[in-house]
Amino acid sequence: MNTACPATPRILLRKTNLDKPLWEKLFMDIPYIVKPREDTGLYNAKVGIWLFLASEVMLFGALFSSYILLRVGAAAGTWPHGLLNVALGTINTLVLICSSVTVVMSWASLKLGNFGRYRIYQSITLLCALTFLGIKSVEYHDKFNHYEVIQTDGRIVDGHLVERTKDFDLAKKTGAVTLLGHFVEKTEAGAHEATAKHAEHSNITIPVAQIKKMENYGPWHSTYLAIYFTLTGLHALHVFAGAAVIFVIWGPLAGLWKTDPARYTNRIEISGLFWHFVDLVWIFLFPVLYLL
Amino acid sequence: MQPTTHALPHPGVLESHHEELSFWRKYIFATDHKVIGIQYGITGLSFLFFGFCLVALMRWQLAYPGASIPVIGGSLNAILGDAMMNKSPQGGYFMAAELYNAFGAMHGTIMVFLAIVPLAFAAFGNLIVPLQIGAADMAFPRINMASYQAYFMGGVIMLVSFFIPGGAAQAGWTSYSPLASIIATDGQTFWLIGMVFLITSSLLGAVNFIATIIQLRAPGMTWMRLPFFCWAQFVTAFLLLLAFPPLEAAAVMQLMDKVAHTSFFLPTGLVIAGKAAEISGGGSPLLWQHLFWFLGHPEVYVLILPAMGIVCEIIANNTRKPIWGYKSLVYSVLVIGFLSFIVWAHHMYLTGMGTKISTFFQTTTMIISVPSVIILTCLFLSLWGGSIRFNTPMLFALAFLPMFGIGGLTGLPLGFNFSDIHLHDTYYIIAHFHYIVAPGTIFGLFAGIYYWFPKVTGRTMSEHLGKIHFWGSLIFMNLVFLPMFAQGMAGLGRRMYDGGATYANSAETIGIPLDMIHRNVSISHAAWALGLAQIPFIFNFFWSLKHGKKVTSDNHWGSTTLEWQTPTPPPHGNFLKPPVVYRGPYEYSVPGHAQDFTPQNQP
Amino acid sequence: MSDSHDIHHVHQAVRRYLIVFGALLVGTLLTVWASYVHFIHFHIGGAEINTNVVVALFIASVKAFLVAGYFMHLISERKMIYGILTATGFFFVGLMFLTIWAMHDYPMLTIK
Ligand code: HEM
Ligand SMILES: [Cu+2]
Repeated sequence: MNTACPATPRILLRKTNLDKPLWEKLFMDIPYIVKPREDTGLYNAKVGIWLFLASEVMLFGALFSSYILLRVGAAAGTWPHGLLNVALGTINTLVLICSSVTVVMSWASLKLGNFGRYRIYQSITLLCALTFLGIKSVEYHDKFNHYEVIQTDGRIVDGHLVERTKDFDLAKKTGAVTLLGHFVEKTEAGAHEATAKHAEHSNITIPVAQIKKMENYGPWHSTYLAIYFTLTGLHALHVFAGAAVIFVIWGPLAGLWKTDPARYTNRIEISGLFWHFVDLVWIFLFPVLYLL
Repeated sequence: MQPTTHALPHPGVLESHHEELSFWRKYIFATDHKVIGIQYGITGLSFLFFGFCLVALMRWQLAYPGASIPVIGGSLNAILGDAMMNKSPQGGYFMAAELYNAFGAMHGTIMVFLAIVPLAFAAFGNLIVPLQIGAADMAFPRINMASYQAYFMGGVIMLVSFFIPGGAAQAGWTSYSPLASIIATDGQTFWLIGMVFLITSSLLGAVNFIATIIQLRAPGMTWMRLPFFCWAQFVTAFLLLLAFPPLEAAAVMQLMDKVAHTSFFLPTGLVIAGKAAEISGGGSPLLWQHLFWFLGHPEVYVLILPAMGIVCEIIANNTRKPIWGYKSLVYSVLVIGFLSFIVWAHHMYLTGMGTKISTFFQTTTMIISVPSVIILTCLFLSLWGGSIRFNTPMLFALAFLPMFGIGGLTGLPLGFNFSDIHLHDTYYIIAHFHYIVAPGTIFGLFAGIYYWFPKVTGRTMSEHLGKIHFWGSLIFMNLVFLPMFAQGMAGLGRRMYDGGATYANSAETIGIPLDMIHRNVSISHAAWALGLAQIPFIFNFFWSLKHGKKVTSDNHWGSTTLEWQTPTPPPHGNFLKPPVVYRGPYEYSVPGHAQDFTPQNQP
Repeated sequence: MSDSHDIHHVHQAVRRYLIVFGALLVGTLLTVWASYVHFIHFHIGGAEINTNVVVALFIASVKAFLVAGYFMHLISERKMIYGILTATGFFFVGLMFLTIWAMHDYPMLTIK
């Protein structure tokens, strides 16, 4: 043990010893990539993903808080109910739950060394993800096709777009639009919803000259729709990202299973944790946006 | 074990196997934490300079409202267009109100999100933390690269926004709605998209730092042997991790307000320029403020904690004695981190909150000042009885203490709602937080640069120029910001295009003494002089890279922490042998030891 | 890589996953059903409690607990993860409740 003097001259190590390709060298040097660290009992990516999920909790948490505030702060009777299709929402909830199960099952298959079964489970996961996004886009499409027209005589027509005449132009006041819907009896939203369920729906054609304002049910239509589109849009992005990651591990990166099965299995665990979180967010979104 | 020297067994052999990485892989798409640290450092310093230039121009308008800008007025007009510059009747151009607002908003944004956080947290964190904990690199090198790239993209978007029609965002760095949402130009949209990139970058960085500190500490590096700088970075990372997402949510909602015409932050019955706005309404402007300040307050600790960490390292090193109250420092920083999440509404006393909630936030605000005072006290007491080495890093570290003290103490009146009612949105606020971030954090950063320069480059910076830089900065910083307290207490508001000149006509009725307004002139002169005082630093920095004195030891300052027990500059992978830690971080002048410092990895 | 002990554990886990799966399906149908029932509203203090909201959120929380606990293995996770999540939970609750509180605590004599 010799205590070196701080003034010992030495050669400066300018060139670094990179005799191996960068990646290989990095993974050699950084410990606990596969094996858990003794004192924490965790491997690096496990810590990483949970930290990331913690930040996601705050992200969706802030949006949920905003939802509550906007809803509680809305003038009495203006918060719409029953705008969304509960059946589609329920199906989508079930689809996501199924995908969560196939994710854990695929992970269990890898633990048992059964790569083939893993692949089958994860392809079901990916199909579920696509189904979910497909149904979601049908719902979005439906909302963008759903119009509220305020006529010059003050009456309101609410319904889905059937067709617009060729010369339809709001600015020039030419043409006409046909909606499959009904006249809303009262302009107040509370009554609106109650009547919407029971009203007779028929084709109603309105000449543009009679239209005071025509707006579809996009995010601009009301605070409820704004938060609906923002929350579900952000959630759908997460579904997409999660599915993309699962697909990349499933396909292009599958070679790792041969060289380092433990690490490959960990990747499934990590991507799975993200996937379950996305499912978990939906478990709250569904009742809050569709049912309450 | 030889803590300070690392003779390579066969340097020639290593050289011959050496496979040079391409320039791109090594410097642009780098994954080595040290290169990424340097990338952050260079980009951050450039933004610091740019942010200063914006305010230097604003100070002209404040000192001489409506007077044409000398020398560069014409070029500004050529670059930014007629809409941004007004033609002066005497010839020349002066800045338009829109430009002043844009510069003000972008000064704040750039300084906070593109200069100080990237420098204090990302640059120093990347360079020093893995070395100090004895790790080979960050836990996730590729995520590290991604977070720099996201930061860079965010910066580019912010810069581009200056040149779009209508210019950059104009609603202040706080971007309060409805103002931010209803300005018709696209600057705010760019700002929001840029912020989403910057937030993403910070989140990835935070995940990486926390995982690295939890997982990659060298054997023997227990939590209570962690250098204080690492503790500060650890807490900072948690602040970023958990406080930024709500702002991200808010940014997404404001973006929806801008591009999808929603009304998250726009109330029912909003009237713009005398006309009812065509919006669905029903939103809440206060919601934006809550979400903004939920980040905003932790953010100020993000700005200051890393600087405290740097200062602590340097004080221990240059007093040659252990830090007084290491444990108190650690617990204080943890308490600060925890409490900083529940004080945010002290920025919102004037939004009309009730007495109960305001009492709650006043109380937490007063409590959080206690750990800050403990930290400052520990650092002051650490000086007691030391044989202090007054080198440049130490001078900056020492100046940090009273400057941060002024900033902190002047914050107390802002924490009580009765006094804040008078001081809110005046120049007093500007003075208060600049004492924290400018002579506070920036001095911490300068200290860090002078201190670690020899480790990163193998050369030292000139002490002479360093001292000139120090004294110039110290004097002019105070000449800039001290008078602002007086201006603010006299009632001069911030964010004013003419610096309050319109008040001058009605000074009696409003009650602002004229000389308070005239003080704008001397402040501006001091601000420009402050800029000039940075020339020795800039010169020193570049000159020393090539011509600085070569260091003669890996451990230039005779330090105990692990970053000095590596080759200089540290190679890829950092340590030649995996280090093992045997002792606490600040074992200076341990009785019975031959040297006055005992490195952490010395058995 | 997995010995017989491990394999036994995995088989056990799979059984648990399937039970949880069943519970989640039931929970989903229960939520939908509950939303069509009109529960009596309670009054606590001056405030009216919308029981439907309470029921829906309760079922959602149970489902969330199942997903987090069993699919994400949180019931047998390491201390470090619990620590991180506890802090997160605390700050999330702080954000939500302090904001709501602040927005509903008006000064006296304010015209809403
Ligand atoms: C060192 C030289 C600096 C000078 C001379 C300076 C000067 C100023 C001045 C005069 C204002 C007020 C503008 C107005 O209200 O119209 C201002 C605002 C501000 N500054 Fe600085 N500053 C400096 C550095 C910094 C740094 C390092 C930060 C880092 C956080 C910073 C953050 C801010 C912020 C957040 C605002 C408020 C912007 C807004 O109104 O939205 N400044 N600065
Ligand atoms: Cu604050």
